[in-house]
Amino acid sequence: MKTKDIIKNGLIKENPTWVLVLGMCPTLATTTSAINGLSMGLATTFVLMMSNMVISLLKNVIPDKVRIPSFIVIIATFVTMVEMIMKAYLPGLYDSLGLFISLIVVNCIVLGRAEAFASKNNIGQSFIDGLFMGLGFTWALTLLGIVRELLGTGCFFGHSLIGGSDGMLMMILPPGGFLALGLLMALINQIRKKHQ
Amino acid sequence: MAKKAQSTLPNMLVSLTVIALVAAAALATLNAITKAPIEKAQQAKVERAISAVLPEFDHLEETTIDGQLCRIGYDANNQIVGSAIESENDKGFGGHLKVMVGFSSDGAIYGYQILETHETPGLGAKASEWFQKGGKGDIIGNNPTENKLTVKKDGGQIDAISGSTITSRAFLDIINEASSIRTKINQ
Repeated sequence: MKTKDIIKNGLIKENPTWVLVLGMCPTLATTTSAINGLSMGLATTFVLMMSNMVISLLKNVIPDKVRIPSFIVIIATFVTMVEMIMKAYLPGLYDSLGLFISLIVVNCIVLGRAEAFASKNNIGQSFIDGLFMGLGFTWALTLLGIVRELLGTGCFFGHSLIGGSDGMLMMILPPGGFLALGLLMALINQIRKKHQ
Repeated sequence: MAKKAQSTLPNMLVSLTVIALVAAAALATLNAITKAPIEKAQQAKVERAISAVLPEFDHLEETTIDGQLCRIGYDANNQIVGSAIESENDKGFGGHLKVMVGFSSDGAIYGYQILETHETPGLGAKASEWFQKGGKGDIIGNNPTENKLTVKKDGGQIDAISGSTITSRAFLDIINEASSIRTKINQ
């Protein structure tokens, strides 16, 4: 598979959020603001890159019947690393994302890419796949965060754009998350189809 | 390309054991590295909260009253300038709510900082600014021992956060509780 295709797949063609619709729990829960969405996306990207690389490296020594538990141990190790590092050096961010960082372990994208890509391709390709699947997830979460924060609080990355207004509160509550996700998904897939 | 390992019992045992051991070793190492910075970060958070809720102090004394941590601030002449009291309850809309409340030496509220909250973003989570000086439900300067704080809906004097009466009630309960703990200092 060509590098260009892997990049295109992660960012647009097989985008984890808009096309594969994987990992909806962190997608809806952490996108109450743009910065939270961006951080969650980047943390997931790191885990995806590292786990894809290690799993690709070990694909021949892990027997088939124990591959899922092996993948989970590897993924959980990287997630715990992210959690410890964030707790130590970015405590403010950890306070707002805390619970969802540990939940990256069960994010279907990470295990999905391990199973569907890393266990069948070489290290270099698996690394690129992890990086761009992660970035595809990141831009989707950031966009969702920007839209919800803007409509819900009138702010853009924490900076108030619309003075004196509290915004439509519903947008940063769970129902607003579902609405924004559905409408953006429809819009993006419409654009994607037109360009195919 | 190397041949893929077969799923025989020894193969499975060895590969899973090795993976688990390497993972444990890596995490233990990282834990040792990040332990000190994590403690420092938590310490810094508490210190920031204390200096935000107390008038300028020279040194602190820690005691525990009714199971709650109290820090009493003294000036250079060993006179009490104020006390910071941690107080909490489970009456918030999202459950547990923990606040550090600072009182000046006459018992008036000097400041507060929310230490732990699970309130709704955009609604109850506004408590971190709403009751501060200049906020819509300003409680700074009140003395809850003389005059218990309650929301207007319950006949009180404080404006509740719009749409978050439950959070406001829980919050004011915590403030009142902290104030009653304060009266037990030096007894």
